[in-house]
Amino acid sequence: MISAQNLTKSYGTFTAVDGVSFSVRKGEIFGFLGPNGAGKTTTMKMIQCVSPRSGGTLSVFDLDPDEHPAEIKRRIGVVPQETNLDPDFTCEGNLLTYARYFDISAPLARRRTDDLLAFVQLLEKRNVAIEKLSGGMKRRLILARALVNSPELLILDEPTIGLDPQARHLVWERLKALQAQGSTIVLTTHYLDEAARLCDRLVIMDNGRILEEGAPPDLVRRHAGEEIVEVDKTDTVITCLKGMDVPFEVAGDAVLVSTDRAHEIARILLERCRPRKMLTRPATLEDVFLKLTGRRLRD
Amino acid sequence: MNLSTLLAIPRVTPRAWHVWRRNLLVFVKTWQVNFFPPFVEAFLYLLAIGVGIGTYVKEIDGTPYVNYIAPAILAIAVMNSAFFECTYGSYVRMYYQKAFDAMIATPLSIEDVIAGELLWGATKSVMYVLIMLCVLSLFGVLVLPISLLVIPVALIGGLMFAALAMCFTSVTPSIDALNYPSFLFITPMSLFAGTFFPLALLPPIFGYVALTLFPLTHIVAIFRMFTLAALSWTMVLHLTWIASVTAILCVLAINLMRRRLIV
Repeated sequence: MISAQNLTKSYGTFTAVDGVSFSVRKGEIFGFLGPNGAGKTTTMKMIQCVSPRSGGTLSVFDLDPDEHPAEIKRRIGVVPQETNLDPDFTCEGNLLTYARYFDISAPLARRRTDDLLAFVQLLEKRNVAIEKLSGGMKRRLILARALVNSPELLILDEPTIGLDPQARHLVWERLKALQAQGSTIVLTTHYLDEAARLCDRLVIMDNGRILEEGAPPDLVRRHAGEEIVEVDKTDTVITCLKGMDVPFEVAGDAVLVSTDRAHEIARILLERCRPRKMLTRPATLEDVFLKLTGRRLRD
Repeated sequence: MNLSTLLAIPRVTPRAWHVWRRNLLVFVKTWQVNFFPPFVEAFLYLLAIGVGIGTYVKEIDGTPYVNYIAPAILAIAVMNSAFFECTYGSYVRMYYQKAFDAMIATPLSIEDVIAGELLWGATKSVMYVLIMLCVLSLFGVLVLPISLLVIPVALIGGLMFAALAMCFTSVTPSIDALNYPSFLFITPMSLFAGTFFPLALLPPIFGYVALTLFPLTHIVAIFRMFTLAALSWTMVLHLTWIASVTAILCVLAINLMRRRLIV
């Protein structure tokens, strides 16, 4: 579906995307993870043919975005990070107007609009103005708008940003349903539970480069081990761990140990180091993410 | 961006009409509000300047004053409706509504979007001129049916001012900065382009400036030939000026907007 080799985007002296290579297969949900400013959105924009690349090769549906932007754009649906619904139209009007940009005939556009409003559960809001919608409704309408041309490839930039848990679950469920119908989906997110739940494969980006690539469970196993022992940070605990020669990481007022033998380590800690508070839990994508991209604040 | 890229002929497809249609639909939805201003404006100008000042001025070069300014009212409407649509109107759609971003995620290119906006600006000029023509005809201040020829000229003149406006929109740092071209260029032009008094009254330098730099001068001159049924061969010169400037400005406007929006 998409293949990029050494894809680069620079603005003057600043390199937003610094030679990334990846490929997205038909029918999968592919994620781009990374802190703010990692280059995820810029990569999406190059795939969407709205931002020309500075270097490397890129092909979408085996077409070059520089050569065939209209052909590619006709076959993709885009959910942008920013809500850019047309405030001069109702929900229905937004979908109908957008369908026209794809040269979709009026009767077909009306049929699709009905189906899509039902799909995102906004049928009863059909004639409501955009400014009267809640944030969650707007995101759902944008999802419906992205589907108006029945795209083979759906690109979502932070699809559930600012949504309440109910709306997030609805969006996830809809994306899974679309995948089941054969759509290929590319998304960016910094919600790691979202990535772990949805993505078949993902890449973790930082500073314009891809740090890791793989299926979420593999990445967790590779970088964070099976389990995490989390202990309150005290001098005794730290001395203790150093004595045991166990690698650990300090995060705020907690100490994290990634390990395959959590029980054993927890037992030793309990017996010898008098921890104030301790828990063991399965390792998650979040542990991988923080390990790879660091805990330094971005922006 | 060098001169050759700025003047390269942009690739515009018929999809530009989708953008035009979107703006038309929004305009029609609130048609009462939109059709009212040109009506009122025509009345106000005719009463205040035509009848009011006309009482003292009586006539210019043998033409009753109110008849003399009637074509200027039409020409200023062409200028204002297209210019303000493609400055403030387009800027709001581009910057606040992010409408252009949404559009270029579809098969529409940025060239299509801007071309659609320009066509819409020109269409608005034509609609305003049509409404004002009705009012002015009621007052009997123009010669019919020859005055109807202002309509096609309003279309190309509207396109010229839409493109001029879009050039400013493409470089403006903020919506407030659009006030500069409005007050420093558009307002003086509506007063010193042979609108309410002949340019010959002023020192010759004013006339030269108006003819070379003020697009409105040429529109007023052509409109006046039609509404007074006083044709002259100089119309060819005015039309040539308008056609060349319109072509250049349209190309510039599209390429400048591309430079602003496609990064």
